[in-house]
Amino acid sequence: MVMKVLSADHAVAWAVRRAKAEVIPAFPITPQTLIMELLAEFIADGEMDADLITAESEHSVMSIAVGASAGGVRTFTATASQGLALMHEMLYAAPQNRLPVVMVNVNRSLGAAAGIWVEHNDSMPERESGWLQVYVEDGQEALDMVLQAYRIAEDERVLLPIMVCLDGFILSHTVERVEVPEQEDVDAFLPRFKPAFALDPEDPSTINAIVPPEYAMEMRYQLDRTVERSKMVIKEVDEEFKERFGRGHGGLIDTYKMDDADHALICLGTATSTARAIVDELRSQGRKAGLIKLRFMRPFPHEELREVCSGLRAVGVFDRSIGFNRYGPVFTEVSSSLSGQGLKVTDHIGGLGGRDITLRDMRDIYAIIGSDAEGKEVKRVNWHGLRGVQT
Amino acid sequence: MPRNDYFLSGHGACPGCGVAIAVKNIMRVLGSETTVYVPASCLIVFSALYPTSAFKVPFFFTAFENTGAVITGIKAAHRRRGVQGNVVGFAGDGGTFDIGLQALSGAADRGEDVLYVCVDNEAYMNTGIQRSGATPFGAWTTTSPIGKRIQGNRRMKKDIMDVVIAHNPSYAATLSIAHFNDFIKKVDKAKKKKGFRFLHVLTPCVPGWKIESSRTVEIARLAVETGMWTLYEYEDGEARSTYRPQEMRPVTEYLQLQGRFRHMNNEDLNNLQRYLCNKWYYHYGHDIEQPVCRIYKGEKELHFDGDPLHGV
Repeated sequence: MVMKVLSADHAVAWAVRRAKAEVIPAFPITPQTLIMELLAEFIADGEMDADLITAESEHSVMSIAVGASAGGVRTFTATASQGLALMHEMLYAAPQNRLPVVMVNVNRSLGAAAGIWVEHNDSMPERESGWLQVYVEDGQEALDMVLQAYRIAEDERVLLPIMVCLDGFILSHTVERVEVPEQEDVDAFLPRFKPAFALDPEDPSTINAIVPPEYAMEMRYQLDRTVERSKMVIKEVDEEFKERFGRGHGGLIDTYKMDDADHALICLGTATSTARAIVDELRSQGRKAGLIKLRFMRPFPHEELREVCSGLRAVGVFDRSIGFNRYGPVFTEVSSSLSGQGLKVTDHIGGLGGRDITLRDMRDIYAIIGSDAEGKEVKRVNWHGLRGVQT
Repeated sequence: MPRNDYFLSGHGACPGCGVAIAVKNIMRVLGSETTVYVPASCLIVFSALYPTSAFKVPFFFTAFENTGAVITGIKAAHRRRGVQGNVVGFAGDGGTFDIGLQALSGAADRGEDVLYVCVDNEAYMNTGIQRSGATPFGAWTTTSPIGKRIQGNRRMKKDIMDVVIAHNPSYAATLSIAHFNDFIKKVDKAKKKKGFRFLHVLTPCVPGWKIESSRTVEIARLAVETGMWTLYEYEDGEARSTYRPQEMRPVTEYLQLQGRFRHMNNEDLNNLQRYLCNKWYYHYGHDIEQPVCRIYKGEKELHFDGDPLHGV
């Protein structure tokens, strides 16, 4: 075990090196660039044996990744924002062909009112692509999750691609103390990739023919059930990781001070750390506040959320993205999970376009959830951190 | 000529399909150690409709515009795993000249060790005969119709070979299914070379060109004899013509067998003929015997019966 001071992007590059990914198609996009630059250095220095393929676009990056994975090797790539959007078409090829590609998406805002700062509106629309999707909170979790992602993706019960999402700049460019596990420990946890099938003239097969209506629906059904089945594998892998490396991340969800909580916030990404500080503050005042860290958007932890929310009087959802004309996507997902439970749910939208989520914002969020728990009238959708008076 | 088939009969191509003829013969030369990628095209529909497949070798498909990229990925995996043989992409003209140009350029620029074959039937035939960058001047398509104001495609065919050659590939060649020895030699050469290789095959399309299904090869031959298609190859930094017709036949001999050109007026015919004369000199050199070019002087225009959908 080696301690290093790394940005989360560089922590990811170290994880990819330890995972011994063999083909790495790359196209530069801020704030993902640090990942590919460090991997290029590892390879150029002979410290890592892999093919870094500098493609001419993100669409081609995902096409190369899909080709390499179908060719039977461990494949990694990373992107962000507009790059993920350009990949959109090719994202669908990986899950439907059962190709265990691991990709890091460094979350960043998308489109007009353009910016390079964090927002989850790039990755949230890709929830229906068939990719598994996990959001991480810090550099250590980013590194650990890339290693876990390969185990989950390549498990024969899963064989699906995974998108590891981390907040742009707040996480990607912030240096922290990160534990980089030893190569032999990673090798023991993550053995060399043995593809279940591959394009090989020794054993020819047709992968991805055109599928007429007589068969297509069954294939979609199988994919749907596989995403559901991956929950079990995600939990197993996190437990094994904890045994080997001494830290787990909770699998699908992680909780903080939820044992006796009467109200809580469901939060993902770096905002979770801010929320944790406010929970401590409220606890010191005798308030029964809790925190649910939502890690996976796909598979979505429906049962786990219902269970952990069962004793609550009110729950809030934090959304760093917006589904225009009312709710954020996380709220929509959580509401569908909790429907029928009679639990009061509020949506809290903040941090769009890289706007800071301050302690004061988080305090406001918990104040609204607390009032909701006490039966006071509150707005169902609340924007936090807006400047001036908005109409 | 090897007789082992890796593109098997029983596929769903139209009778007389130029693409099927080209792919079948290219696969015979490439042999069993070949991995095939096909983007969105007629070829994917007629060769791999689940649960059947016409390819007897590893075969992959994903999307339309990424042939250069996917074959890059497959080749990288094969290199890592020590898998032998060629990785070949068979893309149509739309998937090469237009939507696939970026990925083609990326792969050629990186000098990937792959074989890229463009089967060129001069329009988006799979989606119902729409104009592409490969559609020749004057040709009717459903998006270059015979209107009162505009008649047929108004642009000359894009020279994709020049675009590819600008990337300095290890090998590039044009092929005709009618000039068979030349065809086989070039495929064999492309098979054995390393680095980025590009083959451009003219593949007449029976419904798209409005031709008789028995005349595919004859029309491919006339394309070369009239200068509509030139046979040459590029290697080691130099281009070289591999077949030169005895004389330049008038382009009308090629056009009149195809329903897609039958509306053309004298002015358009002569525009095309002049363009072909220049192309002839460009490819075969200016020192050849003059004049090779015959401008069409006929009183009557081609026999257009008012309906471009009528075949010959």
